[in-house]
Amino acid sequence: MNWYVVTENLGQYAAGARLTLLLTVVSLLLAFCLAVPLAFARNSADRRISGAVQVYTTLFRGTPLLVQLFLIYFGLAQFGWLRASILWPWLSSPLVCAILTFVLNSGAYTTEIFAGGLRAIPKGEVEAARACGFSPLQAARRILIPAMLTRALPLYGNEVIMMLHATSLASTVTLLEVTGVARNLTLNYYIQLEPYAAAALIYLGLTAVLVGGFQILEARHARYLRLRR
Amino acid sequence: MVVQFASTILAAAGLTLLLAIGALVLASALGLALAGARLSGRRWLAGLAVAFTFVIRGIPDLVMMLLAFYSLPALINQLLERAGIDLYVDFSPFAAGTVTLGILFSAYMSETFRSALGNIPAGQIEAAQALGLHPLRIFLRITLPQMALLALPGFTNNWLVLVKATALVSLIGLQDVMFRAKAAAEATGQPFTYYLVAAGFYLLVTLGSTWALARLGRRLDPARTGARA
Repeated sequence: MNWYVVTENLGQYAAGARLTLLLTVVSLLLAFCLAVPLAFARNSADRRISGAVQVYTTLFRGTPLLVQLFLIYFGLAQFGWLRASILWPWLSSPLVCAILTFVLNSGAYTTEIFAGGLRAIPKGEVEAARACGFSPLQAARRILIPAMLTRALPLYGNEVIMMLHATSLASTVTLLEVTGVARNLTLNYYIQLEPYAAAALIYLGLTAVLVGGFQILEARHARYLRLRR
Repeated sequence: MVVQFASTILAAAGLTLLLAIGALVLASALGLALAGARLSGRRWLAGLAVAFTFVIRGIPDLVMMLLAFYSLPALINQLLERAGIDLYVDFSPFAAGTVTLGILFSAYMSETFRSALGNIPAGQIEAAQALGLHPLRIFLRITLPQMALLALPGFTNNWLVLVKATALVSLIGLQDVMFRAKAAAEATGQPFTYYLVAAGFYLLVTLGSTWALARLGRRLDPARTGARA
């Protein structure tokens, strides 16, 4: 066994884990901000609005994340006008491209999760808010969004773990997150087993923390939904 | 030129679909076995299935793929060398991809099957037992048909994720749709065009199978068929 490859390079793994967490957290936060308004738009009575959102979610949920990442990171360079624009310093950065892809991808899944959560809210809660004289914005902020989030909690927990795992694809566009670090070590030392095994253990640990965290959240905030059944 | 390159990409469609279907068959069989282990009533067997599912779902698909393709043969060869056996083991990308995706999705399938089995009314099984049917006959004639219908939505979802996950096998060198798209992108300097062709292929498969499996669900549903008759 050659575990020295891992122990000698723990610093690299730590930096990799930091980048993995950064990618996960930033992508999730931005995707969340994108998904909340889009979830309302998805359930809009106006067919054009809900249809447009559905086209977006279908496109991003129907194609592999890897294709989306390559389309954005490698694909955009095809357009000369884009390369000449002031956006190019950002769009040629692998970090920005990876985050942009993750946000658009996770945003699509999260929109559908939240839209489902909104549809599951009993009509009475919405009517009660209106009867109490809440403005639509107030009702959304005080009643609908919290109720939507509690109902979406189990599915959203899955999405968070999916996002953590999806960040491993960032290694294909040169980013040195956990998988990228492991890949580099296997190439530098010509040792195939230990670097990947260590990466797997790191992901497993992070996943366990997230699963535990969401179980606590569910026990605290979504328990009334289960008791009512 | 575009047509020519696009057709070489789409010529690999059969390989991608073969990989996906092979993994699906493996995942369904293993998933059924895992669900059976969870519901077997033997605590060590159920515990083993839970641990397996947790580990599999805690590691990103890309890392699993790299482990299976690079690390596992390295480990086997190390062991062979130590045992003094003159043999060198190497996996083909297709075999490594199919088995990895099959094992990975067996964990998801087992959850789908388990909840479907749990939702079959207990009276159905009890009635069959009271009639003196053989356990195997009960499984094939009573449990399986009802489980298939209940598991169909989750099964569809797993299949869609699986089809998209096959794109990762291009990263370990299988010449699938994604691999050919990358080759065409690099040869022509038009990455956006050719990754878009690949994206279109995956979208067609996911939309097509969503439609087909929804139709199958309506066919299988005795309540609906009964209402029509």
